[in-house]
Amino acid sequence: MRVGLFVPCYIDQFYPQVAVATLQILEKLGCEVVFPLNQTCCGQPMANSGFASLSKGCDANFVKNFTDVDYIVSSSGSCVLHIKEHLHDKNKQQASFIRSHIYELTEFLTDILKVKNIEASFPHKVGLHISCHGQRGLHVSSMTELVAPSFSKPEQLLSMVKGLQLTLPVRPDECCGFGGTFCVFEEAVSVKMGKDRITEHNANEVEYITGIDTSCLMHLEGILKRQGSNVKTIHIAEILNSQLA
Amino acid sequence: MKTQDHAKAAEAFIKDEPRTDWHDETLWFIRTKRDKSVHGIPEWEQLRQWASDIKDHTLSNLSNYLIEFEKNATANGITVHWAQDAKEHNDIILEIARGHNVKRMVKSKSMLTEECHLNPFLMEHGIEVVDTDLGERIVQLRHEPPSHIVLPAIHLKKQDVSETFHEFLHTEKGNNDPQYLAEAARQHLRNKFIESQLSLTGVNFAVAETGGFVVCTNEGNADMGAHAAAVHIACMGIEKIIPKAEHLSIFLRLLARSATGQPITTYSSHFHKPRPGQQMHLVIVDNGRTKQLGRADFKNSLKCIRCAACFNTCPVYRRSGGHSYHSTVAGPIGAILNPNLNMKENADLPFASTLCGSCSNVCPVKIDIHDQLWKWRQEISAEGHVATVKKAGMKGMAFILSRPGLYRFSGKMGRWIMRKMPFLFRNKLNPWYKQREMPKAPAKSFRDWYIKNKKS
Amino acid sequence: MSAREDILKAVAANQPSSKLLPVVDISAVIAYDDVIKQFTTVLESIGGKVISIPDLQSVKEEMATGTQQGKVMVNAIPELGTIDQTLAEATAHQLAAVDTFFTKGIIGVAENGSVWVAESNMLNRLLPFICQHLVLLVEKKNIVATMHHAYQQVDTFSEGFGAFIAGPSKTADIEQSLVIGAHGARSLVVYLL
Repeated sequence: MRVGLFVPCYIDQFYPQVAVATLQILEKLGCEVVFPLNQTCCGQPMANSGFASLSKGCDANFVKNFTDVDYIVSSSGSCVLHIKEHLHDKNKQQASFIRSHIYELTEFLTDILKVKNIEASFPHKVGLHISCHGQRGLHVSSMTELVAPSFSKPEQLLSMVKGLQLTLPVRPDECCGFGGTFCVFEEAVSVKMGKDRITEHNANEVEYITGIDTSCLMHLEGILKRQGSNVKTIHIAEILNSQLA
Repeated sequence: MKTQDHAKAAEAFIKDEPRTDWHDETLWFIRTKRDKSVHGIPEWEQLRQWASDIKDHTLSNLSNYLIEFEKNATANGITVHWAQDAKEHNDIILEIARGHNVKRMVKSKSMLTEECHLNPFLMEHGIEVVDTDLGERIVQLRHEPPSHIVLPAIHLKKQDVSETFHEFLHTEKGNNDPQYLAEAARQHLRNKFIESQLSLTGVNFAVAETGGFVVCTNEGNADMGAHAAAVHIACMGIEKIIPKAEHLSIFLRLLARSATGQPITTYSSHFHKPRPGQQMHLVIVDNGRTKQLGRADFKNSLKCIRCAACFNTCPVYRRSGGHSYHSTVAGPIGAILNPNLNMKENADLPFASTLCGSCSNVCPVKIDIHDQLWKWRQEISAEGHVATVKKAGMKGMAFILSRPGLYRFSGKMGRWIMRKMPFLFRNKLNPWYKQREMPKAPAKSFRDWYIKNKKS
Repeated sequence: MSAREDILKAVAANQPSSKLLPVVDISAVIAYDDVIKQFTTVLESIGGKVISIPDLQSVKEEMATGTQQGKVMVNAIPELGTIDQTLAEATAHQLAAVDTFFTKGIIGVAENGSVWVAESNMLNRLLPFICQHLVLLVEKKNIVATMHHAYQQVDTFSEGFGAFIAGPSKTADIEQSLVIGAHGARSLVVYLL
C-alpha cells in the first residue's frame, strides 16, 4: 500500500514531530510512505477567509505532488476535510481521485488498515479534544447533537494504548475556538472558547490534552502556556507512536 | 444602523467574564434540555429529513402554494394583504388600525414585525403597542432589542427584570423572585388584553390547503389578545407556508423540542376563520425573501422555523450575546439571512464563526448553516466587503503558499525571526499574543528531517 | 402592478426547481406500550394534572363546590350541567372574572401531553385562555400516541378555531426560572373518562 503523506504547512513548520510520528506509525503498520517534497499548503486559510478564489495555486501544487499513490493520509482533520470538499483543478480526474482517497490518520487506521491493536504505551491521564472538522465533517466520531449510535475512531485507537487514562470534558464536542483566521479576527471569543475547554479538562486533572488537529492543540497550548499550566498538548499520532518497538 | 461589528461587540461583552460564563451556561443548559428531549425520539433524524424535504418541496412550488393559501384564507373570511417591504407592511397595519380608530394594540411575538421596526413606527403615529410576550415586554420597557428570537430577555438577570418592573410596574424594589415578578406582569398585561382594540400576532405555520395558520406560545398571550380584540392581524413572511395540515404533525413535533426541549408549546392555536363579528387580516411579507429565494447557495435558509436551536448550540453566540449581531435575527441563522438584506452592514456576521458545524446538526429542517456561512464569506469578499488589509494579507499568503521554494524559504525565515527576534511577535500588535504564547519555532521543518533521515 | 403581483412574480421567477413531497411513514414513529401512562407522565411533567374518573360525579361536585365558594365556574360540557349560551357573545371584560372553565377535549396526545380543544366545545374562544383554571374532559379511548395519529384522526381546520393545549400556561423568561401561570390558565386538570 503506497501512502502519500500530506503534512499540513503549520505542522511542517512548527510541529514536525507530529508528522514524524505519523510517518512512523504508518510504516510500522506496513505502509510504504512517500512524502512529496514540493507540497506546501491545502489552501484552507485563504478559503475559509472568503478567498477560495485565491486557492488555485495551492490546489494545482497539491494535485501535482500527490500522484502515483493509493491513499493520501494526513494528521489534520480540517485540512483533509478542506481537500475533500474544495479541491478542484484542471486535472479533474486526479483531483477527483485525491478527494476520494484522502484520509485523516485515525480514520485511515480504523477504516482502511483496520487496526485492532497497537504496541504503544502512554501511562498518563489524557483529555480528548475532538476537533470539529474531523468530527462533524469527516465523521471520525458520533456527535452529541445527533440521535445516532455512538462511536469514536480516535477513542477506539486510544483504548489500545497501554496505561492511558482517557477522559472527556463535560461538553465532549464543543469547539476550541481556533477557527482559522477567526483566532485573530475574533480574538476575544476565540480565547474565551479555548479557556473554557481548558477549564473542563482541568476538572478532570489531565496531564495532556490530545486531539486529531494540531491547529486546535496549538491554540490550547498557547493559552495553557500563558496560564503557566503544567498541562501539555500532544497530537494523537504522537501518543499512538509512543514507545513503539 | 450598526454601531460596532461583531468582533468588537463580542470583545466588550466578554470583558465581564463571570456574566459571559453565566450567559454561556444558561444557553448551554437549554441545549442540553433539547438533547434530552430529542434523544427520547428514536425517529428524530427521520423527522428532520421529512421536515427538510417538505420545506424543499414547498419552496420549489411556493408561488402556487401562496396562491392556494390566499384563496382559502379569503374564502374563510380573512382579508389577505401583500407587502413587498417593511414600509408597505407598516403602512398596511397603520391603515387597518386607523380604519378602526385603534389607539391601543397588543402584540404577541413576531420577529417579522421586529424586522420591519413596526413598534416605533406605530408609536410615531400615536398608537400604543404593548408587547405581551413576557420576555418581549421586559426588553420593550427597557428600550432594548431582543437578544434571542425565542428567549428575548435571555441576556438579563432577575435583578435587571426586578429593577425594570419596579420602575414601570411599581413592584417592590429589590424583590427578584421570578414568581412574584411574573405575577405582576400577568396582572399588568391582563388589563392590556382586556382593553385592547387590536391584536397583532405572528404566524408559526401557514397551511396552504386550508388557508389557516398556527401560532405557538407557552404563555397564551397570542390567544388572550386575538380572542379579545375586535381586530386580529397576523403577519407572516412568504416562507411560513407549508402545504397540508397533516404536515403540522411533523413541524410541531420538531419545533418546541428544538427550541427549549419541551415536547410541545403549551398552546398551538389553529386559526381558520375570524370569530363572528371579528375582523381578521393576514399580511404576507417579502422584504428580501424573494431575493434570497433566488440565491441558489442560500435559499435553504428560508426553511427556517425560527426555533433558535442554532443560537443555543453556537459557542460564539453563547459568548457574545445576541446584541453583538446588531440585527433582528442574531446567531447562526441570522448570519446567513442578514447579508442578503444588506451585505455591507452584515459582512462581519458570517465571519463570527469557527465553522464548527454544530448549528447544522441541531437545525430541525436541516439547513446547511455552516456551509452557507462559508459560501457567504466567498460572496462578501468577492463584493469587496472585506478589509483591504485582510485581502492583501490573503493575496500574499496565496502567493507564498503556492510556490514550494518560496513557501520553504518564508517558513525558514519566519522561524528564524521567531527564535532570534521574539520581541517582534511578542507585543501588542500581534493579536495572537494578547492572551496566548506563540508556538515554539523549531530549527528544522519536517521536510528537513525527512530529507536527512528518510530520503535515500 | 400591485405588491401581490410583484411578489408572486418574483417568487415564481426565483423558486428553485421542483422537488417532490416526501412519503411520511407513520409506522416508523415512536409507539408506546401504554399511551395513557405516557400521556399522564408527560402532562404531569409539564405542570398538568391527570385524574382518572369512572363517571362525571366528582367533576360535578368540583363545579358545585366552586360555585358555593363564590367562584365563577363556567361549564361547556352538556353532560355536566347547564351551559350558558349567552357567554358565546361575552367580551373579555365580562369573562375576566372566570375562575374555572370546564370543557371537552377531543383527543389527547401521549408524546406531549396535549389535548385538542375545538371551538365548538369552547363556548367562547377566550374561555380556555382567560380562565384561571382549566379543566378538560377526555375519553381514554381518544388518547393516541403521536401528533401524526392526532392529525390523522382530527381535522384541525374543520372549525373556525382550535388549539392543542399542553398543560397550564408558563414562562421561563425571567432568568430561565420556570413560572407556571403566565397569561393563560394557572392550572390544567385533565379528567380521563
